[in-house]
Amino acid sequence: MAKINAGIATSHVPAIGAAIDNGLTENEYWKPLFDGYEFAKTWMKAQKPDVILLVYNDHATAFDLNLVPTFAIATGAEFKPADEGWGPRPVPNVMGYPKLAAHIAQSVIQDDFDLTVVNTLDVDHGLTVPLSLMFGQPEQWPCRVIPIAVNVVLYPTPSGQRCYNLGKALRKAVESFDEDLNVQIWGTGGMSHQLQGPRAGLINKEFDNAFLDKIVSEPAALAKTPHLEYINLAGSEGIELIMWLIMRGALNDQVDVKKRFYHVPASNTAVGHLVLENK
Amino acid sequence: MAIDKPYKKVPGTTIFDADMASLGFHLNQFCMSLMKAPNREKFKQNEQAYLDQWPMSDEQKAAVLARDYNKMISLGGNIYFLAKIFSSDGISFQAAASTMTGMTQAEYAQMMLSGGRAPDSSNTLKKDN
Repeated sequence: MAKINAGIATSHVPAIGAAIDNGLTENEYWKPLFDGYEFAKTWMKAQKPDVILLVYNDHATAFDLNLVPTFAIATGAEFKPADEGWGPRPVPNVMGYPKLAAHIAQSVIQDDFDLTVVNTLDVDHGLTVPLSLMFGQPEQWPCRVIPIAVNVVLYPTPSGQRCYNLGKALRKAVESFDEDLNVQIWGTGGMSHQLQGPRAGLINKEFDNAFLDKIVSEPAALAKTPHLEYINLAGSEGIELIMWLIMRGALNDQVDVKKRFYHVPASNTAVGHLVLENK
Repeated sequence: MAIDKPYKKVPGTTIFDADMASLGFHLNQFCMSLMKAPNREKFKQNEQAYLDQWPMSDEQKAAVLARDYNKMISLGGNIYFLAKIFSSDGISFQAAASTMTGMTQAEYAQMMLSGGRAPDSSNTLKKDN
Protein backbone atom coordinates (compact mmCIF):
# COMPACT_ATOMS: atom_id res chain seq x y z
CA MET A 1 0.00 0.00 0.00
CA ALA A 2 1.15 3.52 -0.70
CA LYS A 3 1.37 5.73 2.34
CA ILE A 4 1.97 9.40 3.08
CA ASN A 5 4.58 9.41 5.86
CA ALA A 6 5.74 12.99 6.06
CA GLY A 7 5.03 16.54 5.03
CA ILE A 8 7.23 19.49 4.16
CA ALA A 9 6.25 23.13 4.18
CA THR A 10 8.42 25.73 2.55
CA SER A 11 8.29 29.11 0.87
CA HIS A 12 9.20 29.10 -2.82
CA VAL A 13 10.62 32.58 -3.47
CA PRO A 14 12.13 32.86 -7.00
CA ALA A 15 15.19 34.75 -5.69
CA ILE A 16 16.09 31.63 -3.66
CA GLY A 17 16.27 29.67 -6.91
CA ALA A 18 18.39 32.39 -8.50
CA ALA A 19 20.75 32.32 -5.48
CA ILE A 20 21.20 28.54 -5.86
CA ASP A 21 21.61 28.71 -9.63
CA ASN A 22 24.18 31.51 -9.39
CA GLY A 23 26.23 29.98 -6.56
CA LEU A 24 25.37 32.65 -3.99
CA THR A 25 24.22 30.36 -1.15
CA GLU A 26 27.29 31.08 0.99
CA ASN A 27 27.14 34.86 0.83
CA GLU A 28 26.21 37.06 3.78
CA TYR A 29 22.65 37.66 2.61
CA TRP A 30 21.73 34.09 1.74
CA LYS A 31 23.74 31.86 4.10
CA PRO A 32 21.40 32.24 7.12
CA LEU A 33 18.50 31.13 4.93
CA PHE A 34 20.22 28.09 3.42
CA ASP A 35 21.53 27.03 6.83
CA GLY A 36 17.88 26.63 7.84
CA TYR A 37 17.44 23.93 5.20
CA GLU A 38 20.48 21.81 6.08
CA PHE A 39 18.45 19.62 8.42
CA ALA A 40 15.85 18.85 5.75
CA LYS A 41 18.50 17.96 3.17
CA THR A 42 20.11 15.41 5.50
CA TRP A 43 16.74 14.11 6.71
CA MET A 44 15.57 13.69 3.12
CA LYS A 45 18.55 11.47 2.25
CA ALA A 46 17.47 9.04 4.98
CA GLN A 47 13.78 9.20 4.10
CA LYS A 48 14.20 8.34 0.40
CA PRO A 49 10.63 9.12 -0.69
CA ASP A 50 9.41 7.37 -3.84
CA VAL A 51 6.93 10.06 -4.78
CA ILE A 52 6.20 13.63 -3.72
CA LEU A 53 2.78 15.22 -4.09
CA LEU A 54 3.99 18.77 -4.56
CA VAL A 55 1.35 21.40 -3.88
CA TYR A 56 2.34 24.73 -5.41
CA ASN A 57 0.97 27.58 -7.45
CA ASP A 58 1.72 28.66 -10.97
CA HIS A 59 2.67 32.34 -11.23
CA ALA A 60 1.19 33.29 -14.62
CA THR A 61 3.52 30.83 -16.29
CA ALA A 62 1.67 27.72 -17.52
CA PHE A 63 -1.76 29.19 -16.81
CA ASP A 64 -2.45 32.63 -18.25
CA LEU A 65 -5.83 34.35 -18.05
CA ASN A 66 -7.24 32.11 -20.77
CA LEU A 67 -7.56 29.31 -18.26
CA VAL A 68 -7.35 29.43 -14.45
CA PRO A 69 -8.01 26.07 -12.78
CA THR A 70 -8.72 26.31 -9.05
CA PHE A 71 -7.06 22.93 -8.45
CA ALA A 72 -5.13 20.96 -11.07
CA ILE A 73 -3.26 17.66 -10.95
CA ALA A 74 -0.54 16.92 -13.46
CA THR A 75 -0.77 13.38 -14.84
CA GLY A 76 2.04 13.66 -17.40
CA ALA A 77 5.25 11.60 -17.41
CA GLU A 78 7.71 14.51 -17.48
CA PHE A 79 7.58 18.24 -16.83
CA LYS A 80 10.06 20.84 -18.04
CA PRO A 81 11.24 23.79 -15.96
CA ALA A 82 9.46 26.82 -17.39
CA ASP A 83 11.02 29.84 -19.07
CA GLU A 84 9.62 32.57 -16.84
CA GLY A 85 11.06 35.36 -18.96
CA TRP A 86 14.77 34.98 -18.25
CA GLY A 87 15.32 31.42 -19.52
CA PRO A 88 14.44 28.15 -17.74
CA ARG A 89 16.19 27.39 -14.44
CA PRO A 90 19.16 25.02 -14.98
CA VAL A 91 17.50 22.15 -13.12
CA PRO A 92 16.54 18.63 -14.25
CA ASN A 93 13.18 17.85 -15.78
CA VAL A 94 10.64 16.69 -13.21
CA MET A 95 9.56 13.08 -13.64
CA GLY A 96 5.88 12.49 -12.95
CA TYR A 97 4.00 9.34 -12.04
CA PRO A 98 1.09 9.04 -14.50
CA LYS A 99 -0.33 5.88 -12.95
CA LEU A 100 -0.54 7.23 -9.42
CA ALA A 101 -1.66 10.68 -10.62
CA ALA A 102 -4.50 9.13 -12.63
CA HIS A 103 -5.48 7.04 -9.62
CA ILE A 104 -5.53 10.14 -7.40
CA ALA A 105 -7.60 12.08 -9.95
CA GLN A 106 -10.09 9.22 -10.18
CA SER A 107 -10.34 8.94 -6.41
CA VAL A 108 -10.60 12.61 -5.40
CA ILE A 109 -12.93 13.64 -8.24
CA GLN A 110 -15.30 10.91 -7.15
CA ASP A 111 -14.84 12.27 -3.65
CA ASP A 112 -16.29 15.63 -4.82
CA PHE A 113 -12.99 17.47 -5.45
CA ASP A 114 -13.16 18.49 -9.10
CA LEU A 115 -9.49 18.67 -10.03
CA THR A 116 -8.53 19.80 -13.52
CA VAL A 117 -6.40 17.12 -15.18
CA VAL A 118 -3.29 18.50 -16.89
CA ASN A 119 -0.98 16.47 -19.11
CA THR A 120 1.45 19.08 -20.42
CA LEU A 121 2.76 21.46 -17.79
CA ASP A 122 5.92 23.53 -17.64
CA VAL A 123 6.67 23.97 -13.95
CA ASP A 124 7.80 27.33 -12.61
CA HIS A 125 9.79 28.40 -9.54
CA GLY A 126 6.84 27.55 -7.30
CA LEU A 127 7.63 23.87 -7.86
CA THR A 128 11.34 23.83 -8.69
CA VAL A 129 12.61 26.06 -5.84
CA PRO A 130 11.33 23.66 -3.12
CA LEU A 131 12.98 20.74 -4.98
CA SER A 132 16.27 22.65 -5.06
CA LEU A 133 16.01 23.51 -1.36
CA MET A 134 15.44 19.87 -0.37
CA PHE A 135 17.70 18.11 -2.87
CA GLY A 136 20.38 20.64 -3.85
CA GLN A 137 21.69 20.44 -7.40
CA PRO A 138 21.56 16.78 -8.51
CA GLU A 139 21.83 15.55 -12.12
CA GLN A 140 18.35 14.06 -11.75
CA TRP A 141 15.74 14.59 -9.03
CA PRO A 142 15.89 11.50 -6.78
CA CYS A 143 12.16 10.69 -6.90
CA ARG A 144 9.01 11.19 -8.86
CA VAL A 145 6.84 14.25 -8.39
CA ILE A 146 3.14 14.79 -8.97
CA PRO A 147 2.48 18.53 -9.30
CA ILE A 148 -0.77 19.74 -7.74
CA ALA A 149 -1.40 23.35 -8.73
CA VAL A 150 -3.65 25.66 -6.71
CA ASN A 151 -4.95 29.00 -7.95
CA VAL A 152 -3.81 31.72 -5.57
CA VAL A 153 -3.42 34.42 -8.25
CA LEU A 154 -7.01 35.15 -9.28
CA TYR A 155 -9.31 35.90 -6.36
CA PRO A 156 -11.23 34.14 -4.94
CA THR A 157 -8.81 31.37 -4.22
CA PRO A 158 -10.16 28.18 -2.64
CA SER A 159 -10.87 28.48 1.08
CA GLY A 160 -8.50 27.17 3.71
CA GLN A 161 -11.15 24.65 4.71
CA ARG A 162 -11.46 23.39 1.13
CA CYS A 163 -7.68 22.99 0.97
CA TYR A 164 -7.54 21.14 4.28
CA ASN A 165 -10.32 18.79 3.16
CA LEU A 166 -8.59 18.19 -0.19
CA GLY A 167 -5.54 17.07 1.79
CA LYS A 168 -7.67 14.45 3.51
CA ALA A 169 -9.06 13.26 0.16
CA LEU A 170 -5.52 13.03 -1.26
CA ARG A 171 -4.47 10.86 1.67
CA LYS A 172 -7.41 8.52 1.09
CA ALA A 173 -6.53 8.32 -2.59
CA VAL A 174 -2.88 7.49 -1.91
CA GLU A 175 -3.77 4.84 0.64
CA SER A 176 -5.97 3.04 -1.87
CA PHE A 177 -3.10 2.68 -4.38
CA ASP A 178 -1.77 -0.87 -4.51
CA GLU A 179 1.97 -0.29 -4.88
CA ASP A 180 4.19 -0.05 -1.81
CA LEU A 181 5.31 3.54 -1.96
CA ASN A 182 6.80 5.99 0.50
CA VAL A 183 4.92 9.20 -0.34
CA GLN A 184 5.51 12.71 0.93
CA ILE A 185 3.31 15.74 0.52
CA TRP A 186 4.76 19.21 0.31
CA GLY A 187 2.88 22.47 0.78
CA THR A 188 4.69 25.49 -0.61
CA GLY A 189 4.43 29.28 -0.81
CA GLY A 190 4.11 32.05 1.79
CA MET A 191 4.75 33.18 4.36
CA SER A 192 3.66 36.80 4.79
CA HIS A 193 4.48 38.94 1.78
CA GLN A 194 2.98 41.57 -0.45
CA LEU A 195 4.50 42.23 -3.85
CA GLN A 196 2.22 45.00 -5.04
CA GLY A 197 0.94 48.48 -4.33
CA PRO A 198 1.92 51.08 -1.72
CA ARG A 199 1.86 48.39 1.00
CA ALA A 200 4.45 46.19 -0.77
CA GLY A 201 7.01 44.74 1.62
CA LEU A 202 4.53 43.87 4.39
CA ILE A 203 5.92 41.21 6.72
CA ASN A 204 4.02 39.99 9.78
CA LYS A 205 6.21 37.91 12.08
CA GLU A 206 3.49 37.54 14.67
CA PHE A 207 1.00 36.18 12.14
CA ASP A 208 3.60 33.86 10.60
CA ASN A 209 4.75 32.40 13.91
CA ALA A 210 1.17 31.86 15.07
CA PHE A 211 0.52 30.09 11.75
CA LEU A 212 3.58 27.87 12.29
CA ASP A 213 2.25 26.98 15.76
CA LYS A 214 -1.31 26.31 14.70
CA ILE A 215 -0.63 24.30 11.57
CA VAL A 216 1.06 21.77 13.84
CA SER A 217 -1.21 21.78 16.87
CA GLU A 218 -4.65 22.93 15.72
CA PRO A 219 -4.89 22.67 11.92
CA ALA A 220 -8.66 22.16 11.85
CA ALA A 221 -9.18 25.52 13.58
CA LEU A 222 -6.56 27.19 11.39
CA ALA A 223 -8.38 25.95 8.28
CA LYS A 224 -11.30 28.19 9.23
CA THR A 225 -9.22 31.37 8.87
CA PRO A 226 -11.05 33.54 6.33
CA HIS A 227 -9.33 34.90 3.21
CA LEU A 228 -9.60 38.46 4.48
CA GLU A 229 -7.44 37.68 7.48
CA TYR A 230 -4.60 36.41 5.28
CA ILE A 231 -4.87 39.38 2.92
CA ASN A 232 -5.15 41.95 5.69
CA LEU A 233 -2.49 40.58 8.03
CA ALA A 234 -0.14 38.48 5.86
CA GLY A 235 -0.26 40.56 2.65
CA SER A 236 -2.00 39.99 -0.65
CA GLU A 237 0.44 37.20 -1.55
CA GLY A 238 0.36 35.72 1.96
CA ILE A 239 -2.78 33.93 0.79
CA GLU A 240 -0.40 31.29 -0.62
CA LEU A 241 -0.34 29.83 2.89
CA ILE A 242 -3.64 28.04 2.18
CA MET A 243 -1.53 25.54 0.22
CA TRP A 244 0.15 24.44 3.45
CA LEU A 245 -3.26 23.31 4.65
CA ILE A 246 -3.51 20.75 1.82
CA MET A 247 -0.24 19.24 3.05
CA ARG A 248 -1.41 19.30 6.66
CA GLY A 249 -4.79 17.74 5.85
CA ALA A 250 -3.01 14.74 4.33
CA LEU A 251 -1.10 14.00 7.55
CA ASN A 252 -2.21 12.51 10.87
CA ASP A 253 -3.88 14.82 13.38
CA GLN A 254 -0.78 14.32 15.55
CA VAL A 255 2.60 15.01 13.98
CA ASP A 256 6.19 15.32 15.15
CA VAL A 257 7.93 18.56 14.24
CA LYS A 258 11.39 17.54 13.05
CA LYS A 259 12.35 21.06 11.96
CA ARG A 260 10.89 24.53 12.20
CA PHE A 261 12.59 27.49 10.59
CA TYR A 262 11.64 31.13 10.02
CA HIS A 263 13.70 33.80 8.31
CA VAL A 264 13.18 37.36 7.06
CA PRO A 265 13.81 38.39 4.35
CA ALA A 266 14.24 36.54 1.08
CA SER A 267 13.81 39.42 -1.34
CA ASN A 268 10.27 40.64 -0.43
CA THR A 269 9.17 37.62 1.55
CA ALA A 270 9.16 35.96 4.97
CA VAL A 271 10.42 32.39 4.64
CA GLY A 272 8.89 29.58 6.68
CA HIS A 273 9.76 25.91 6.69
CA LEU A 274 8.55 22.82 8.53
CA VAL A 275 9.45 19.13 8.43
CA LEU A 276 6.58 17.07 9.83
CA GLU A 277 6.36 13.32 10.39
CA ASN A 278 3.21 11.38 11.17
CA LYS A 279 3.11 10.23 14.79
CA MET B 1 -27.48 41.36 -4.80
CA ALA B 2 -23.87 42.43 -5.07
CA ILE B 3 -21.26 40.21 -3.47
CA ASP B 4 -19.58 41.77 -0.44
CA LYS B 5 -15.93 42.56 -1.14
CA PRO B 6 -14.41 43.53 2.21
CA TYR B 7 -10.91 43.05 0.80
CA LYS B 8 -11.35 46.27 -1.17
CA LYS B 9 -10.87 48.18 2.09
CA VAL B 10 -7.40 46.81 2.86
CA PRO B 11 -5.06 49.83 2.66
CA GLY B 12 -2.52 50.05 -0.16
CA THR B 13 -3.69 46.78 -1.69
CA THR B 14 -5.57 45.80 -4.84
CA ILE B 15 -6.97 42.30 -4.92
CA PHE B 16 -6.97 40.76 -8.38
CA ASP B 17 -10.51 39.43 -8.54
CA ALA B 18 -12.62 38.40 -11.53
CA ASP B 19 -13.75 42.02 -12.14
CA MET B 20 -10.14 43.23 -12.25
CA ALA B 21 -9.17 40.26 -14.41
CA SER B 22 -11.87 41.21 -16.90
CA LEU B 23 -10.69 44.84 -16.97
CA GLY B 24 -7.07 43.80 -17.38
CA PHE B 25 -7.41 40.79 -19.65
CA HIS B 26 -5.57 42.22 -22.67
CA LEU B 27 -3.00 44.05 -20.51
CA ASN B 28 -2.12 40.80 -18.76
CA GLN B 29 -2.09 38.76 -21.95
CA PHE B 30 0.25 41.35 -23.51
CA CYS B 31 2.52 40.74 -20.51
CA MET B 32 2.39 36.98 -21.13
CA SER B 33 3.61 37.54 -24.69
CA LEU B 34 6.89 38.84 -23.22
CA MET B 35 7.69 35.31 -22.03
CA LYS B 36 9.01 34.69 -25.55
CA ALA B 37 12.41 36.17 -26.43
CA PRO B 38 11.45 37.28 -30.00
CA ASN B 39 8.47 39.20 -28.59
CA ARG B 40 10.69 40.86 -25.98
CA GLU B 41 12.95 42.04 -28.81
CA LYS B 42 10.03 43.48 -30.79
CA PHE B 43 8.71 45.23 -27.69
CA LYS B 44 12.10 46.77 -26.94
CA GLN B 45 12.53 47.97 -30.53
CA ASN B 46 9.27 49.90 -30.56
CA GLU B 47 7.16 49.72 -27.42
CA GLN B 48 4.27 51.82 -28.72
CA ALA B 49 3.99 49.82 -31.95
CA TYR B 50 4.09 46.54 -30.04
CA LEU B 51 1.42 47.73 -27.59
CA ASP B 52 -0.78 48.92 -30.46
CA GLN B 53 -1.17 45.29 -31.55
CA TRP B 54 -3.17 44.64 -28.38
CA PRO B 55 -6.76 45.82 -27.77
CA MET B 56 -5.74 47.67 -24.61
CA SER B 57 -7.01 51.10 -23.54
CA ASP B 58 -4.81 54.13 -24.18
CA GLU B 59 -4.59 54.55 -20.41
CA GLN B 60 -3.27 51.01 -20.01
CA LYS B 61 -0.72 51.53 -22.79
CA ALA B 62 0.44 54.84 -21.27
CA ALA B 63 0.87 53.17 -17.87
CA VAL B 64 3.03 50.45 -19.45
CA LEU B 65 5.17 53.00 -21.29
CA ALA B 66 5.61 54.96 -18.03
CA ARG B 67 6.30 51.72 -16.07
CA ASP B 68 3.72 52.99 -13.60
CA TYR B 69 2.97 49.71 -11.85
CA ASN B 70 0.41 51.11 -9.43
CA LYS B 71 -1.50 52.54 -12.38
CA MET B 72 -1.27 49.24 -14.28
CA ILE B 73 -2.64 47.43 -11.22
CA SER B 74 -5.53 49.91 -10.94
CA LEU B 75 -6.34 49.15 -14.59
CA GLY B 76 -6.52 45.38 -14.06
CA GLY B 77 -2.87 44.34 -14.18
CA ASN B 78 -1.78 41.53 -11.90
CA ILE B 79 1.69 41.58 -10.40
CA TYR B 80 2.68 38.11 -11.65
CA PHE B 81 1.78 39.16 -15.18
CA LEU B 82 3.35 42.61 -14.82
CA ALA B 83 6.51 40.83 -13.65
CA LYS B 84 7.10 39.90 -17.30
CA ILE B 85 7.55 43.62 -18.08
CA PHE B 86 10.14 44.31 -15.41
CA SER B 87 11.88 41.02 -16.12
CA SER B 88 12.17 42.13 -19.75
CA ASP B 89 13.65 45.38 -18.43
CA GLY B 90 16.17 43.36 -16.39
CA ILE B 91 14.78 44.71 -13.12
CA SER B 92 14.41 42.57 -10.01
CA PHE B 93 11.14 41.93 -8.21
CA GLN B 94 12.41 43.90 -5.24
CA ALA B 95 13.38 46.90 -7.36
CA ALA B 96 10.01 46.85 -9.12
CA ALA B 97 8.14 46.52 -5.82
CA SER B 98 9.99 49.55 -4.44
CA THR B 99 8.64 51.74 -7.27
CA MET B 100 5.10 51.13 -6.02
CA THR B 101 5.83 52.29 -2.48
CA GLY B 102 7.19 55.81 -2.97
CA MET B 103 10.51 54.66 -1.53
CA THR B 104 13.83 54.52 -3.30
CA GLN B 105 15.14 51.06 -4.13
CA ALA B 106 17.82 51.45 -1.44
CA GLU B 107 15.29 52.53 1.20
CA TYR B 108 13.00 49.63 0.31
CA ALA B 109 15.86 47.09 0.38
CA GLN B 110 16.90 48.43 3.80
CA MET B 111 13.31 48.13 5.06
CA MET B 112 13.24 44.47 3.99
CA LEU B 113 16.63 43.78 5.62
CA SER B 114 15.27 45.33 8.80
CA GLY B 115 12.37 42.89 8.86
CA GLY B 116 9.96 44.33 6.31
CA ARG B 117 7.02 46.70 6.60
CA ALA B 118 5.47 46.06 10.00
CA PRO B 119 1.70 45.84 10.16
CA ASP B 120 0.09 48.72 12.05
CA SER B 121 -3.19 50.60 12.26
CA SER B 122 -2.35 52.66 9.17
CA ASN B 123 -1.84 49.68 6.85
CA THR B 124 -4.27 47.04 8.14
CA LEU B 125 -8.01 46.90 8.79
CA LYS B 126 -9.19 46.78 12.36
CA LYS B 127 -10.75 43.53 13.53
CA ASP B 128 -14.32 44.82 13.57
CA ASN B 129 -14.12 46.32 10.10
